[in-house]
Amino acid sequence: MMMAALIFVASLATLWMFFVSYCRSLMASSSRHPLSAEVRDVTGIRTVASAGDYRRVTQLLQLCPDRQEDRTGLQAVSIYHSFLTATRQMFAWIVPSLRSWAEHEQAGCAYFAAVALDRRIAHNREMLAQQDNF
Amino acid sequence: MPGSIDLIIWFLGTAFELTFVVCSLARKSFLRYFFLNLYLLLSMTVSIGRFFILWSSGQGSDQYMYFYFYSDALLTVALFVALISLYSHVLGELRAGEYVKWGAVFLLLGTAGFSYAVVAQSATRLSTSFAYELSQNLYFVGLVLTYILWGAVLKLRETRTRPVQIILSLGLYFSGYAASYALANFSGKHGIIQYICPALGCFLPLSWSLTMLRYTEESRLVPAQLLAVPR
Repeated sequence: MMMAALIFVASLATLWMFFVSYCRSLMASSSRHPLSAEVRDVTGIRTVASAGDYRRVTQLLQLCPDRQEDRTGLQAVSIYHSFLTATRQMFAWIVPSLRSWAEHEQAGCAYFAAVALDRRIAHNREMLAQQDNF
Repeated sequence: MPGSIDLIIWFLGTAFELTFVVCSLARKSFLRYFFLNLYLLLSMTVSIGRFFILWSSGQGSDQYMYFYFYSDALLTVALFVALISLYSHVLGELRAGEYVKWGAVFLLLGTAGFSYAVVAQSATRLSTSFAYELSQNLYFVGLVLTYILWGAVLKLRETRTRPVQIILSLGLYFSGYAASYALANFSGKHGIIQYICPALGCFLPLSWSLTMLRYTEESRLVPAQLLAVPR
């Protein structure tokens, strides 16, 4: 029983570490993607996103027709964002530095979602242009 | 017979395994990730074989039990080889291929020897117990090796997106598997716990396929962005 508990705690710790790194690797792929002027206007993100932008950007994403390529990435980042919110609410009073770390990470999530929005808009424009050609 | 959820998970897992192989062929990366493809092809064959034996002999039959445990041991060894091939990818530039190969052989033999020593006292069904013990121990060794490999990725500042994401998916798979295994020891395989391991089996080929689809071999990322706590 003791051994199982030890394995459980250790594996949860590694699971958390790999999950954070996996989500960061997803977000890293879009961190150098510059946002278009339209998306910057509509989301209110100028150069750097903030933790509070995530909710607004995901609401805008829901208004835009879906793009299959970024669906799983967005789902993973959404789980990560919820996890960060829970971590911030539960542990920030014990470790205050956790709050700024979680906010920094949530800002990364918001930027990732904004890049996905940018790609969706560009994709839909392309589709419309193709329809017009017919 | 398995329930509808088991069948859905089985179908999805096999479909994702096939997807990865097709994606690597389409992206001309089949040989580069040969051992990953080999593992998934083997896993696909085993899944189909298990399904047919289950269909013809039933879940409680000896045929199914023997096939299940031996094929599981074979798959674990194949996954171990796939993991070692990722070491070769990451440590390739250090020309450490020979050391990695011999290290892997010693580790595999050591794990097999340890597993044999554990089950040697049991007189009944020695080979089945050995296959089961070897699988469990190799999973644990796999988790530790993936953790070390991830350390090497960070230390060597690996920038290739594909190997990085493949290793991270493997780390998630091993950790999730170990956690659900420990959880099953606490509470038994009831409710949702019985579906966690098969669902994790779907996650691995799915995330590998997405990596293969999304990124090319030239895709790069900044290693510092991967650290959970920025230095």
